[in-house]
Amino acid sequence: MKGYINNMPNKVTKEPNRKTGTWSVKSGLAQMLKGGVIMDVVTADQAKIAEDAGAVAVMALERVPSDIRKAGGVARMADPTKITEIIEAVSIPVMAKCRIGHFVEAQILESLDVDYIDESEVLTPADENNHINKTPFKVPFVCGARDLGEALRRIGEGAAMVRTKGEAGTGNIVEAVRHARSVLSKIKEIQGMDQSQLMAVARDLRSPFELVLDIKNQGKLPVVNFAAGGIATPADAALMMQLGVDGVFVGSGIFKSENPDIMANAIVKATTHFNNPDILADISRGLGTAMPGLDIKTIPIEEQLSTRGW
Amino acid sequence: MIKIGVLALQGDYLEHQRILQILGINSTYIKTPEELNKIDGLIVPGGESTTINKLMDFYNIKKPLKKLVQQGMPIWGTCAGMIIIANKIIQSSPTPLSLIDITVDRNAFGNQTESFEQLITLPVIGKQPFKSIFIRAPKIIDIGEKIDVLGRLPNKQPVAVKQNNILATSFHPELTNDYRIHEFFVKMI
Repeated sequence: MKGYINNMPNKVTKEPNRKTGTWSVKSGLAQMLKGGVIMDVVTADQAKIAEDAGAVAVMALERVPSDIRKAGGVARMADPTKITEIIEAVSIPVMAKCRIGHFVEAQILESLDVDYIDESEVLTPADENNHINKTPFKVPFVCGARDLGEALRRIGEGAAMVRTKGEAGTGNIVEAVRHARSVLSKIKEIQGMDQSQLMAVARDLRSPFELVLDIKNQGKLPVVNFAAGGIATPADAALMMQLGVDGVFVGSGIFKSENPDIMANAIVKATTHFNNPDILADISRGLGTAMPGLDIKTIPIEEQLSTRGW
Repeated sequence: MIKIGVLALQGDYLEHQRILQILGINSTYIKTPEELNKIDGLIVPGGESTTINKLMDFYNIKKPLKKLVQQGMPIWGTCAGMIIIANKIIQSSPTPLSLIDITVDRNAFGNQTESFEQLITLPVIGKQPFKSIFIRAPKIIDIGEKIDVLGRLPNKQPVAVKQNNILATSFHPELTNDYRIHEFFVKMI
């Protein structure tokens, strides 16, 4: 990893020379989640269903995004009791969401010993100008992005994993596709440029120059990139994987479907065998009804979650 | 020319393949049992062991894989991969393949905030210390008589072990730019 994101202090524990909270360790957990499905859960029972279906991690929430959308009002971090119950129920990593810019919710989640924090637009933002300075935290962060510039700003703040924002709680994949294509095509464009163009790119993307240079040299983001927001079927998951993301988050798509355990298991298989249409056809059979979908055009712009953050 | 397979059901299989490519070794992803017949050795990567285990069952990979390893095919498990090939694990799931005589406790070093990196010495790859990265790592809590311990933490905890054609590490050499353990595995073939 380049110096820019490697300048963080290494915290030393009681064991001699044992370093925790390093960049390798924080970005490394995301690498272990690759090719996997991270599922939103609101109870310990749902967390167990997700684990049994083959989820690589669960996201502990008070409500899934489609219910947050219906409820309106201010959506906040989940109750610590609920998060602790979910941590105790499963052996896979547990993530939890805090509001954009709400670094105290993040401190609380770190104290609860969650494995990853999602600084998420699905909750109501706490700061309209600033995201959390994620570098000093020992626990790693994942953040949403609509385009490469937003992804690089979050990585600049210390995010060890990114995900496309999509439009959460809609069961509509169109925004996730738009954001994934936007990130991935910009990376290709930068790869084809010569070095003298990169500062202008950094200016236009409003992104740290060192990270733009890293994109040019590596041809990919310096962290793992998942798709999120609107994935409702195995085919949706496979579509995002074929577009080139490293794995998928499924929010309302599992527990708002008719048969959550069957749908969860099918999406896990589809994320592994994403480029094998015969297997995809087989696992798409007889799943029951997927979650109800929403046309993005019917959602007023001020109610769209993906426009939160910058 | 030898060909090494990387089990590509879930996890950091790309990171293993990246190093094999740098070393000039032919490699291929393995997702179905038929693909096992084309390889001379297999790496089971890091990832979520419960997920990898379920996906192995889904396509009946365990039985043919176990047979090939018992016939002598080299195999190396890193982190989740070590859990998959262990003789026994403390937790009720997943069900390991019972290939290497170790008992393993999952996530026994703690949650993610306890994940760590540490320099350790593995004499079989030379004197220079190896930067070993432990992520929610499994702990080897018992080893059989036939096990060679290749590396330990300063507190003597074994973290790299070998039994004939089978290699297991609690940590992730694939996340570093030090290729010596991959070279060591290639020589086992």
